[in-house]
Amino acid sequence: MSVRVDPPMAMLAELTHRCPLACPYCSNPTELLAKESELSTEAWADVFQQAARLGVLQLHLSGGEPASRRDLVGLVIAAREAGLYTNLITSGIGLTERRLRELDDAGLDHVQLSLQGVNASMADRIGGYKGGFDRKMHVAEIIADIGFPLTLNAVMHRDNLDDLPQTIDMALRLGARRIEVACVQFQGWALINRAVLQPSREQVETAKRTVARAIETLKGRLVIDFVPPDYYSDFPKACMNGWGSTGLNVTPDGTVLPCHAAETIPHLRFEKVTDRALSDIWYKSDAFNAYRGTDWMPSICQSCDRRDIDFGGCRCQAMALLGDAAAPDPVCTKSPGRAALDALLVEEVQEVAAPAFVYRR
Amino acid sequence: MTQDDVPYLPRGVRTQFDAVRNVDVILGPERVLVLDQVGKAVVGRLDGEASLAEISADLAQIYDAPLDAIAPDVTAFVEDLRDRGMVHVRPR
Repeated sequence: MSVRVDPPMAMLAELTHRCPLACPYCSNPTELLAKESELSTEAWADVFQQAARLGVLQLHLSGGEPASRRDLVGLVIAAREAGLYTNLITSGIGLTERRLRELDDAGLDHVQLSLQGVNASMADRIGGYKGGFDRKMHVAEIIADIGFPLTLNAVMHRDNLDDLPQTIDMALRLGARRIEVACVQFQGWALINRAVLQPSREQVETAKRTVARAIETLKGRLVIDFVPPDYYSDFPKACMNGWGSTGLNVTPDGTVLPCHAAETIPHLRFEKVTDRALSDIWYKSDAFNAYRGTDWMPSICQSCDRRDIDFGGCRCQAMALLGDAAAPDPVCTKSPGRAALDALLVEEVQEVAAPAFVYRR
Repeated sequence: MTQDDVPYLPRGVRTQFDAVRNVDVILGPERVLVLDQVGKAVVGRLDGEASLAEISADLAQIYDAPLDAIAPDVTAFVEDLRDRGMVHVRPR
């Protein structure tokens, strides 16, 4: 294989799959790992050290809900000792003031707080957790009081995309420096709820205009990153900036993945940090090399002038929609798979009444 | 941003030497930028005391370069960092 492999920049550590919320758009796999299979504090600390030596600069502590780990403060201490820029991705549930102050003392760099809706009736319905919104707002106040840099991660879909202006206002009100307007990507559990979560084309166009305006008017006050619902795009997302190029993901039991949905590709075998060095898995494992570079690509991607822009798109999406992980992402309007994607949009968004949420419980 | 504004690195943004890649980097929320020699010199002067004008004047002297050649580049660089959320600004 002739591909030059660079060290990874970022690692997503899924500390646990446990979570008090039941969001219908959960991106975790449909089969979750139990608490008993989770890596210990010491094992994670070792992973953080290995990651830093490998070249990882940014660590995202995620889940599930990472606050469900009783050793969260110890894990942050270990991450900072390894020299990693440490970001906590949380719903806020399970974070008391005392715990947040301990995380501050531990050196936590940044907090990314998820938002299910701009009021309790919407947020608690989406999260499937009564009282969750009020607790989240309380946690946001403490975060501001401590002075943690805050990103609001607003997960958007058909039911709440029209609230985008109020969502951006909320980011300002909470003192966030950054908002991620993250339209649901259909992986994991979210795929089950696609027909009810998929926004309409009109909603998406309105949202794009709202975002473009807000980026201009809020320049210097709020950074806005927009993740569009990719079924409505003409070209695929540059998924993971290319397979095995920039980032990696470690699941609660230590399985190392090129992206969090990679296990949906059935012929790949993924290895655990408890069995093999992280560096070997990154550079040498078959799974990481499977879709690296351009050799694996079908000719339609090889010869495309966007080859090095979107890298053929998302492998897991090709797998989920076409049953072939090596096919061009069906979002691409140049790809033969696009017809299947368009048919899904017609069927799910325009023809039938939306079904009810299937909560993750 | 005016030349009298004082730019600084807010909490959550820091610089670090990346020994694996042998480069200086600036790290912030969801952002990593590699700093070249000039970028490092500018970022190293974002101490919350010096104004943008003073930073440019200082660099012009150190690099023995005309101020009007340096100042626009420094301003553009700092404004770009501000737009990425990695630099905050307070008025003098």
